[in-house]
Amino acid sequence: MRLLLILLGLLAALPARAQELRLFNWSNYIPPALLERFTKETGIKVVLDTYDSNDSMLSKLQAGGGAYDVVVPTGPTLAIMIKDGLLQPVDAPSLANFKNIRESFREQPYDPGRRFSVPYMYGVTGIAYDADKVDGAALPPSWSTLFDPPPTLRGKVANLNEVGENWAAAAYYLKIDPCTEKGPDAQAIYDLLAKQKEYVLVYSSSATIDRMASGEASMHMMWNGAFHRAQARKASLRYLIPQEGANIWTDHLAIPKGAPNPALAKRFMDFMLTPESAAEASNFTGYNNGIAGSDAFLRADLKADPAVNLPDAVQPILRPSPICSAASRDLQDRVWTRLRR
Amino acid sequence: MRALLAAPALLAAVLLLVLPLVLMGYVSTLERNPNGGVVWAVHSAQAWISVLWDLDFDGKRILNTDSLRIFGRSLLVAALTTVITFVIALPTALWMVGQPPRRRMALLFLVTVPFWTNVLVRAYAWVLLLRAGGLVDQAVAPLVPGGLGLLYTPTAIALGMTYAFLPLMLLPIYLSLEAIDPRLIEAAADLYAGRRRMLLRVVLPLARPGIVAGMALVFVPALGSFVTPELLGGGKALLIGNLIQGQFGALRNWPLGAAMAIVLLLLALAVLRAGVRR
Amino acid sequence: MIRVPGLGVVAAAALLFLYVPIAVVVALSFNASSMVTLWGGFSVHWWGEAARDAPMRAALGNSLVAALAATSIATPLATAAALAFPPQGRAQGATRAIVALPLLVPEIVLAVALLLGFVLVGIPLGLPAIAAAHAVIALPFAYLPVRTRLDALDPALGEAARDLYASPWRSFRRITLPLIAPGVASGAMLAFVVSLGDFTIAFFLSGPGSTTLPVYVFGLVRTGLTPAVNAVSTTLLLLSVGLVAASRLLSNR
Repeated sequence: MRLLLILLGLLAALPARAQELRLFNWSNYIPPALLERFTKETGIKVVLDTYDSNDSMLSKLQAGGGAYDVVVPTGPTLAIMIKDGLLQPVDAPSLANFKNIRESFREQPYDPGRRFSVPYMYGVTGIAYDADKVDGAALPPSWSTLFDPPPTLRGKVANLNEVGENWAAAAYYLKIDPCTEKGPDAQAIYDLLAKQKEYVLVYSSSATIDRMASGEASMHMMWNGAFHRAQARKASLRYLIPQEGANIWTDHLAIPKGAPNPALAKRFMDFMLTPESAAEASNFTGYNNGIAGSDAFLRADLKADPAVNLPDAVQPILRPSPICSAASRDLQDRVWTRLRR
Repeated sequence: MRALLAAPALLAAVLLLVLPLVLMGYVSTLERNPNGGVVWAVHSAQAWISVLWDLDFDGKRILNTDSLRIFGRSLLVAALTTVITFVIALPTALWMVGQPPRRRMALLFLVTVPFWTNVLVRAYAWVLLLRAGGLVDQAVAPLVPGGLGLLYTPTAIALGMTYAFLPLMLLPIYLSLEAIDPRLIEAAADLYAGRRRMLLRVVLPLARPGIVAGMALVFVPALGSFVTPELLGGGKALLIGNLIQGQFGALRNWPLGAAMAIVLLLLALAVLRAGVRR
Repeated sequence: MIRVPGLGVVAAAALLFLYVPIAVVVALSFNASSMVTLWGGFSVHWWGEAARDAPMRAALGNSLVAALAATSIATPLATAAALAFPPQGRAQGATRAIVALPLLVPEIVLAVALLLGFVLVGIPLGLPAIAAAHAVIALPFAYLPVRTRLDALDPALGEAARDLYASPWRSFRRITLPLIAPGVASGAMLAFVVSLGDFTIAFFLSGPGSTTLPVYVFGLVRTGLTPAVNAVSTTLLLLSVGLVAASRLLSNR
């Protein structure tokens, strides 16, 4: 009983929540120091909640638990949220720092005219491997490396646990439209993934950095920022961006319809559009951003890593994450479920 | 008047347990929104049809062998977990009952502690132990140089599930064994000769309520668990829990998720009923 | 009791099996290395990291608030329900069955049902929703110790009090309550720990500013683990163990 009283006292001591911004972001995707700086400069307290996938965030908003001020969807999810009326317009061009957004990030297919969003981080999905495990050999930059790995790596391969990433990789490799709605295409993709499954240690998007750095897996379908952080811990890791095509995805800041404080959300967006803030976020996450001038504040090792600071040579093989129809996505889900039935 | 005291608890159970289950039944009859969520007030039997007959890659409706296999696997995993925990718990409980009372209390406390640790922490501890180059591999390194590579295998799921649910089996069995009147055992010892016959004919029948309760307490949560198998199984083989959770996330089919949850509940209740009857 | 050879060996193995993973988590929280599984010497570095992690502290706060709220709902409800009917009889049996229902519904089913129920009725997701749901899953744990205590109570005590013309309230205050108090306290602590440990329901019902510690740890497991997780896990473990130990001491007094 006394314990309960003590806890009750603690409860009463919790500070009242006044001017606060409710940010709903991927876990480990924004530096706490940056949020503290935002609070210091604006007096706005930030309450951070985190999610593990676009789908978790989306279903939270669909369930009406959406009293968040800012969410961070990836391109195709952003398009769905706009279509389903889950976001409110922000009219990003009216923000003071909108001019900092790089040209290629202003016009994109997910939010034409940037009526609802501003860009946050972007990255690519490629293949990381441990060169020590293949006697230092350079593996070909092709999805065949992942789908038909060298014998010494078999059983040590990890794929991301995201249907879209696996589907897109297989589709690019098989030269199939990644938004296909055709049964035979789905069958071909299923066959490829099912054959690869023999070599797969784990389907997981969790703790990918640790998995590669500890040597638990020797090859990983991996996001480039995660790779950068893994390589800092294990120098023998290499990164491939497959020439058949690789997903380039962008996450965006957007304001849900029921947001209690849209005005604060806009101030936060504007704050994140400054080169200093964007670079600070990149230095923390390991991913690059769409803000011009942020290069000047990037950590040297990030700037020097071609896996993060993508050279012009790879630009032609990068494919922005496609916006697929519901029918295509149902087909993808069916393949993904059957693969693991 | 005194009976009214039970009203608030019963009301809470109805409002926050029975009513939501009924509402879930209602949602399972709604039309899905293809991007997740439901279309309110538009009804459809689609979800219930999809539980058993789903579309194939080419759009033809076929028997949903994917779901059937996943349901079958979940039943198997839950049954296996129940059997393994029982096989470990029974001798342990018998031994505990044979200890002096003071030590019994301490032991009882010791076996409950792991149950009160967080499910994620428990699963995570096994990840640390079983991963390639992890502690188990380091321990067996002199014997098996390459390591056992146990993580992301069915063995890992079995270990993790057994670990998670052992206390739930152990406690009720122990409590029912402890409640057996020692005079019955003495009488039995006079009548029967062998220890084994005494165990089978006297002790086990008397401990039956505890055994049944333990099996129910393990089987039900094991059937619905999804965090432990996902973290330890490597996402290569789904269980019902994953499938249901997925319908509210990546698979974007809430009515189907609701329908599957109802099937899971009925399955659990049916198995429990069969278990109690026998 | 009957003696069967080999029982002690099985029991020892079972205890070892139960404690090795816990020992690993606790030991690795003092690991100097940033590699989660390689021992790099003793250090409290990750405890400092965990303490400085503001979202982690917020999540711990949320967990405690939810657990406290759930406990203060479940305990009086369960105690009242236990007192409602005499130990034997159908009514008590029925009450016991209904209160125990949460144990028979798989957690994922309950989580989904509550999510849909709250959405349908228009109750916002968040800490209050989580606390209410936790109160229900904690109900059987708060109920059973009180009931056990009452079952062991000598009915003659109440009769004696009535013979002395004590009012029902007075007889309850002076006789029944002191006798069942350890059961109530013990149930309250179990309820607290049940809420503290829940992941599935908190995951489905979380709203703005309501990420509980298990949900936060789940996110960490997904994006990047450091040994700080071990430190938090150990904290959680100590908290739970402390409460359960207190509950045991109280109910045995």
